[in-house]
Amino acid sequence: MSNSAEPTPTTQGLSATDRRRRRSIYVMVALSALSTVLFGILPGSNQKVTYGFVLDKEWVLIHQWALNAKSASLGFGLLALIASILGYQLFQRGIKSRLVGAVASAGILMSFLSWAAAGKFIPFTGLLQGALFLSVPLIFGSMSGVLSERSGVVNIAIEGQLLAGAFASGVVASLTHSTFWGLLVAPIAGSLISLLLAVFAINFGIDQIILGFVLNVLVYGITDFLYKMLLIPYQSTWNSGPTLAPIKIPFLWKIPVVGPILFDQTIIVYLMYIGIFALNFALFRTKWGLRTRAVGEHPTAADSVGIKVNRLRFRNVLIAGLVAGLGGAYFTVGLGGAFSKEMTAGKGFIALAALIFGRWSPWGAVGAALIFGFADNLQSVLGIIGTPIPSEFMLMAPYVATIIAVTGFIGRVRAPAADGAPYKRGENH
Amino acid sequence: MRKPQLSSLRALKLPVLAFLLAMFAGALLIAFSDAPSLKKIGHPWQFIKSASAAAGHAYFALFQGAIYDHTLATPHNPWLAFYPLSETLVAAAPLILAGLSVALAFRAGLFNIGAQGQFIFGSIAASYIGFHFHLPIGVHVILAVIAAIVAGAIWGGLVGLLKARTGAHEVIVTIMLNYVALYFLMWVLGTTTFLRPGRKDPIAPDVATSARMPHLAGDNFRVNFGIFIALAAAVFVWWLLSRSTWGFRFRAVGANTAAAKTAGISVPFVMTAAMVISGALAGLGGAVHVLGSDFSLSGGSAGNFGFDAVTVALLGRAQPMGTVIASILFGALRAGGSTMQANTTTPIDIVLVIQALVVLFIAAPSVVRFVFRLKNVKTGGELVAKGWNG
Repeated sequence: MSNSAEPTPTTQGLSATDRRRRRSIYVMVALSALSTVLFGILPGSNQKVTYGFVLDKEWVLIHQWALNAKSASLGFGLLALIASILGYQLFQRGIKSRLVGAVASAGILMSFLSWAAAGKFIPFTGLLQGALFLSVPLIFGSMSGVLSERSGVVNIAIEGQLLAGAFASGVVASLTHSTFWGLLVAPIAGSLISLLLAVFAINFGIDQIILGFVLNVLVYGITDFLYKMLLIPYQSTWNSGPTLAPIKIPFLWKIPVVGPILFDQTIIVYLMYIGIFALNFALFRTKWGLRTRAVGEHPTAADSVGIKVNRLRFRNVLIAGLVAGLGGAYFTVGLGGAFSKEMTAGKGFIALAALIFGRWSPWGAVGAALIFGFADNLQSVLGIIGTPIPSEFMLMAPYVATIIAVTGFIGRVRAPAADGAPYKRGENH
Repeated sequence: MRKPQLSSLRALKLPVLAFLLAMFAGALLIAFSDAPSLKKIGHPWQFIKSASAAAGHAYFALFQGAIYDHTLATPHNPWLAFYPLSETLVAAAPLILAGLSVALAFRAGLFNIGAQGQFIFGSIAASYIGFHFHLPIGVHVILAVIAAIVAGAIWGGLVGLLKARTGAHEVIVTIMLNYVALYFLMWVLGTTTFLRPGRKDPIAPDVATSARMPHLAGDNFRVNFGIFIALAAAVFVWWLLSRSTWGFRFRAVGANTAAAKTAGISVPFVMTAAMVISGALAGLGGAVHVLGSDFSLSGGSAGNFGFDAVTVALLGRAQPMGTVIASILFGALRAGGSTMQANTTTPIDIVLVIQALVVLFIAAPSVVRFVFRLKNVKTGGELVAKGWNG
């Protein structure tokens, strides 16, 4: 992304970054105004929208919140408008605030939701629960991407790693009748794919994008093949694994709304929480993290201070495979037990999108994964209750958002400088 | 005359060996997942006999389904035994076009994973013109093909334009656009225009007979004019790349963007133009598929053509001729795979494994070199890594 696209800096004394930031604020203001008009003023109906909140146990309705759909849309739209205008004011004074951005986005979303679900019932807690549910593999996948790409190896084989993990854990859990072995073998399967990626990319210097693509095809092929060859005809031995039971974290799971969502989950999800914090800490607060980032941005400089570039990359790619493989276990032992053909269904590519949308940063990737998971779930919830927007267009949203992000129209994403470039001493510069 | 022949033979050595190796690995996979054989694993000799029989049967059925099946011949039409060969060419035609799309972009330094999306848009356009209008024979099919080319060119050109104007990496953009295209197809199939009368499932009406590609060998065989279109496109791409000024510019940008820029070549223009042509080829592939053999657009119409196209282009070393040969080979595997799945216990998905392994071995000649104890195998320089910032 190094060609003439970058506009030459400073017209009106603003840096390119600041002008881009200003442009995104303009877009935010425009979107808020648009949703206020579109959802809050134009619709003629006078229906109610009902939001249901579950405070304690699942499926027991504790609280309902019925609103006039039109005025709710108007209210949320205006809230978004005020927040984004406030954001502009703060920007003029040189203050960056993520909070106003978040409020504005939430306002736009709620405005849309109140319009789309007019006359309907929205199980709000369920909506969030489902969003987390769909985000888990995305978060694992994008963390795998962070690990590998921050150290300079492009990983588009996330899909393959997830699928390999799902397959291995499902089959092994079924053969051993034990979730423990299923859980243990999933990361190994993921890192086997990583091993191929690492050997071919780092040792042989083959294009990592092509390699990732081919590895995905390979995993699809092998799992599809074995699925039809063994898992279908001999289902009772090969594909009827047990599933993990959710564990309630004492006290925490009783927190209203968030408790049942966050703290009544399987061990995989708790490992994910730990992983998110651990990755963020390790990447920015430890020697390993500093070295990893150095190797990803400027391997020659890293080498010159004695860091073993390729060894570190190799190790990080393997760890990335462990993480994605564990995420794959979520599909089988984490949910239904049984493996089904191509069950990751492109989640690895949405994880890649989340990684890019989140600007290759751990928190950014997690945030993007949550947003994409939410969009996916919102789509299916709205699909069930029936809405004016075709569900296909909502399914497109994460992909379109990622394209907008990489084109730099709103904000700017930049990959680690040496991402995808093999390192050979004396050849790079 | 002798020398160039020798060198082109040597260029074939690696792909052929890679293919053999992949077939062998596939056989091992079949052998070790054959449940009746696995039961005999305590008796090694019996296991080997039974497992190799399983693999042998599978590959024999694969061959039968791809080239020649004597059981299909009837007393008054022995030619029917070649029905599988016709099926191979039917599968190969769209694949050649999609493969050329990827190969052309490759030569201009762009990795077009988006052939799938461009293929989908081509199919949608061809199908729409094909079933919605009533036009004279000849005019109809030409219009449908042109529509598909334009649709594919727009969808591909968008990628080139974004890359040229903003630097957005084409791989990221095309992966995302493939999904957008897929969901667009799903949506389009649900609209009243595309819904087949009397049906509720997402399947478009059959294209009119006036919009179909003419059969080449009578109505018993599905092989159609599409294969000629594909071969003509291969000649065109060959001419474009190695005989035209544009092609020279494409290759210059592909080889070294900075040098090309210094030499006065407009890199943004080349990127956009290459992606427009690339998209047009994939869109044409969609047309050949829909108008030649599929006739009715459905959610799975585009199948895996766009993704197989990438493996085909890689196996063919991004050369037009190589892509054609690789496409026919993979077309044969696809056609044979269906027969194999029907007649034996081996599922068609083994084809995907073989495909992936071939490309992996091609990409890493060291593996092939090691297995066959070769000293010097000609390796292509097309697979040099560039990454997100390249």
